[in-house]
Amino acid sequence: MSPLILAYVAVAGALLSGVVALAADRFPAALRAGSFSILGIAGVTAVAAGGWALLTGTRTTAQLPFGLPWLNWHLRLDPLSGFFMAIVGIAVIAVSLYGPGYVREYERDRHAHQATPDASEPQARNSLAALGLFTGIFVAGMLAVLLADDAFVFMIAWELMSVSSYLLVAYQHDNPANRHAAFLYLLLAEIGALVILLAFGVLAGFGGNFTFDAMRAAHLSPAWASLAFVLALFGFGMKAGMVPLHVWLPEAHPAAPSHISALMSGVMLKVAIYGLIRFVFDLLGHPQWSWGLTTLAIGTATAVLGVLYALMQNDLKRLLAYSSVENIGIILMGLGLGMIFIGTGHPVLGAVALLAALYHSLNHAVFKTLLFLGAGAVLYRTHERDLDRLGGLIRRMPVTAFFMLIGCFSIAALPPFNGFVSEWLTLQAALQVPALSSGVLRSIIPIAAALLALTTALAAATFVKVYGVAFLGQPRTRHVAHAREVGLGMRAGMGLLALLCVVLGVVPTLVIRLISPITQGLLHLSPAGATVRGWLWLTPVSPHVASYSAPLVVAAMAFTFLAGYLLLHRRARSARRSDPWDCGFGGLNARMQYTSTAFAQPIRRVFAPVWQIDEHVDKVQTSAARYTSMRHHLHVADWSWSAVYLPIGRLVLAAARRVGRIQTGSIRIYLAYSFFTLLLLLWLIT
Amino acid sequence: MADNLNGWLWAALQTLLFIGGAPLLAGWIKRLKCHLQNRAAPSLLQPYRDLAKLFAKDLVLAHDASWIFRVTPYVVFGAMLLAAAVVPLVAIPLPTAAIADVIVLVGFFALARFFQALAGMDIGTAFGGMGASREMTVASLAEPAMLMAIFTLTMTASTTNLSVAIQYILNAGLVLRPSFLFALLSLAMVAVAETGRIPIDNPATHLELTMLHEATVLEYGARHLALIDWAGMIKLMIYAVLISNIFLPWGIARHLTLPGLALGTVAVTAKLALLAVLLALWETVLAKMRLFRVPQFLGFAFVLSLLGILTHVILESAL
Amino acid sequence: MHLSELSLFSQGILVSAALVLFTSFVMLAQARIQPLIYAFAWQGALLSITTALVALVSGHTHLYISALLTFGLKALLIPWMLYRLTRRLHIQYDVEIVAHPSLTLLGGAVLVVFCYYVALPIAQLSTLVTRNTIAVSMATVLLGMLLMISRRTAVAQVIGFMSIENGLFFAAVASTYGMPMIVELGVAFDVLVAAVLFGVFFFQIRTSIDSLDVDRLNRLSERGE
Repeated sequence: MSPLILAYVAVAGALLSGVVALAADRFPAALRAGSFSILGIAGVTAVAAGGWALLTGTRTTAQLPFGLPWLNWHLRLDPLSGFFMAIVGIAVIAVSLYGPGYVREYERDRHAHQATPDASEPQARNSLAALGLFTGIFVAGMLAVLLADDAFVFMIAWELMSVSSYLLVAYQHDNPANRHAAFLYLLLAEIGALVILLAFGVLAGFGGNFTFDAMRAAHLSPAWASLAFVLALFGFGMKAGMVPLHVWLPEAHPAAPSHISALMSGVMLKVAIYGLIRFVFDLLGHPQWSWGLTTLAIGTATAVLGVLYALMQNDLKRLLAYSSVENIGIILMGLGLGMIFIGTGHPVLGAVALLAALYHSLNHAVFKTLLFLGAGAVLYRTHERDLDRLGGLIRRMPVTAFFMLIGCFSIAALPPFNGFVSEWLTLQAALQVPALSSGVLRSIIPIAAALLALTTALAAATFVKVYGVAFLGQPRTRHVAHAREVGLGMRAGMGLLALLCVVLGVVPTLVIRLISPITQGLLHLSPAGATVRGWLWLTPVSPHVASYSAPLVVAAMAFTFLAGYLLLHRRARSARRSDPWDCGFGGLNARMQYTSTAFAQPIRRVFAPVWQIDEHVDKVQTSAARYTSMRHHLHVADWSWSAVYLPIGRLVLAAARRVGRIQTGSIRIYLAYSFFTLLLLLWLIT
Repeated sequence: MADNLNGWLWAALQTLLFIGGAPLLAGWIKRLKCHLQNRAAPSLLQPYRDLAKLFAKDLVLAHDASWIFRVTPYVVFGAMLLAAAVVPLVAIPLPTAAIADVIVLVGFFALARFFQALAGMDIGTAFGGMGASREMTVASLAEPAMLMAIFTLTMTASTTNLSVAIQYILNAGLVLRPSFLFALLSLAMVAVAETGRIPIDNPATHLELTMLHEATVLEYGARHLALIDWAGMIKLMIYAVLISNIFLPWGIARHLTLPGLALGTVAVTAKLALLAVLLALWETVLAKMRLFRVPQFLGFAFVLSLLGILTHVILESAL
Repeated sequence: MHLSELSLFSQGILVSAALVLFTSFVMLAQARIQPLIYAFAWQGALLSITTALVALVSGHTHLYISALLTFGLKALLIPWMLYRLTRRLHIQYDVEIVAHPSLTLLGGAVLVVFCYYVALPIAQLSTLVTRNTIAVSMATVLLGMLLMISRRTAVAQVIGFMSIENGLFFAAVASTYGMPMIVELGVAFDVLVAAVLFGVFFFQIRTSIDSLDVDRLNRLSERGE
């Protein structure tokens, strides 16, 4: 028995869950009861396998007699892949608890085929079997990527993951927007995969063959190493949603069913991050500081732009997708800092930065999955994704609202929740710049850190907006006013993640002790200083430099509440209810509330050049002084589309037109092409 | 261990002094402003009386108020209490300073702000939403500037622990650091924005359309309002103590001895009283600016702190 | 040598040098004409303080004369002339709309980092107390140019030009404890003459194109409108 066996079980379980789901079109219960419970077991096994590898810090390898004749499948489970396997497992467990309730939506639609063709609503005729099958393959693909120990297995698993998630994005294909999103996703994912293949090719060229061991042993000149790094950053960055390669992400993630969105945003992006870490820190080894600076710069841009775009969204799921872009940026910042510190000869500080990035990957997986599941719960009960049509859900769906609140706290990086710990660690890593000898780096890194602070503050604004508009205030539509709480399974899925948000925030020292074998494996040193004063104190560099004690923060908060309860609440008479202040005009109604658009308006004005804003007011005027109607149009778009992709698209089209000229349609001319090619080849050979 | 316990006890006492003294500082500023503006000044103890009155009143809640609305005052107060426990007021060797460094301190403020903004949106009135939106906008612009100012400090002292940092500055003696000058100015501007003082916000106005901070607490009354107001006073005091004890740490007690503590109390009182005079003058001379001028104000604060970092790197590094 | 080991006066040099840089940023951010002139005057005053402090620390007495000259000329006379000019032209309350003020400021910060990078090898060769301020003086020059690029009114451009001159003077003081006296006197005289000429020039532009907006001068190009 070894952790690798458990990992096989997890992969097999995920595949099996897909197979079981094939019966779902005839017996819907097969998906609900069978497929999801097997998926849940696969998740638990994945967590167990990953946890085992992490706790023991061992690395187990195996060769399976499949694949190409000269290249068997190499598999390996070490602390790094174990860590990410545990992340995948956690999200999969939550999804398998949540899924059975959520997919009822699609069952119901199959039976009661009501014609309410709303863009956001799931449509009829969707095959449940397809949903379950592709979910299983998707999860198995992600797990297999983590296990791969040669480029061949890696690419096969990577493609399984990409293609099955493409099919899941296209699941609700009645909606043209979803089809478009899915196509865009597949196109960019394939370009990314090609570039990753090229990156592996560079390494394999020096290493002799496609196993990761050979690649580790390869000695590359700095120029070739840089080339491999750039290719890897581009390829994995494409999948992770790095700006400006992120355009597919806000289209594709919301299009999938919510529990799949949760997996894609929460976990699949982390698999891309895993790929980058594996490639740069393990396969390439010795990162150069210039790579770090590049990654830091791109990460900073990704974080700031991601959150600014998120803030402008009114569609809840789209907003969450953009916020994933932001968090990927934060992770990249941590990785960039790590490369800078390692590249300039400060591996201990590099370990702190790497730890921050890993911790944030875990945290983001937990809270983003939670938030997507919460958004799914809202969608399930209200059939609304538009924030400006929600409102007051804290009274209708109290449990979902509570879990969402925890998710919002975590993503807004508020102490003592988990998002705060990892952002604090990233900032602490950035603060260690005095150790660097280059003054230019010393003055640039603080700017990046200040932009991280800006990102955090804007993320707080974003999630105040989300929570305030969707869950607080008064309901804005009839559907929302009559929403009910979701079922037990869905609540359990969210509750598990919410609990993890709190635990990961309150006892960071234990988590860090748990993940330090990763830095041990990659850098051959562990940040022992981080937990030097016991589990109560987190001290990333040394107790003298900085410390944070989340348990004591919680204790102090509890003390305040206790004192408030004993001194104030218990003694006072119960509160009287009354109308809020309405300026004396009377009759506040739901339409007078601040909307999501209104909330974001000041920031939209301050950072106006960041977006492509189309804002105008249509007035229909009947006479000189009277308007019969006024309409305010606002369209806020992402620059990257028109600034990067449209020009590339035009270029490709123009090139295609040029090339197209050789297609004359005459068969004799085609024969002539072949003839001349043959002549050329013969000449080349001789 | 006994020594350790002693330290925790002193830290608790100092925190009590902190939150107990905050209304006094608020009263003193109010008095100074009244004098400067030729108005009859209220007693120094007026804030205490106001708080006592609010605590005694019966609570009235809006119909739609959810539990978030009721929890918020306690969270806001708790966050400020924690922040106050972390900042060295009269003595440096505080065991509580290790609970949170300066960055976590900023996190506490963010926590309080987040809840306050949510509470503003809870009732579903336009004012609450407006206040929440504006408060979050101002905060998101202030936070980078504040962090840059903190960075300048920590790059010199190479720590984010406040006790250690102040100890370092005391040990270095009188050194003219250009970077500290910029950090001081920047931090002062951020403090003005974050505590809702003129020219960003007017703490004395209740005119609906110009409110920032007040708009989010419009629906609060009785003990809830008392807690929020008190937390506001503590926040002002925290910023004042941060500015005076980081940039002018002289007088603060280095050891927990009675004469040292007495001297520390006198010194910090004098420093705060002086800083309050400056604030009152500033608030009397300036007028509140438009909301969309605030980004420029805070942008300038950011440039100042950026200059702080740059001058630290360029001028203060040993070649 | 660490900062805390320097004498207080040497630290004072660094502080006033930092403040000179600060005034450059203030000028970059200032949209109104009159405060722009005040900021320029402050820059002159701080520059003369820096020079005086350098004189004190290094013991070069001729720098005292330079400091006095700088103070008289750049902190008092030229600002006063500019001030009088703006009043006579009735433009003292004009507000110029600067495109993307925060971007300009950030660009300025990037320039400072660039100057640091460029000046680092020079500073490493030098042994003077002021070697760290070489980058600051270079930055003052470049920020003056940035001011000229980002502004359209002729007065702001002149101030930018004068600020470049301030930076050059500062560079001389920082890298070699000042130029020979005769050169400095000559330059000072040149600047004064330039200021007078600019004054005459303003009136000329104003009467011929009815504005001090230098973009209007584009019309003089051969291509026409």
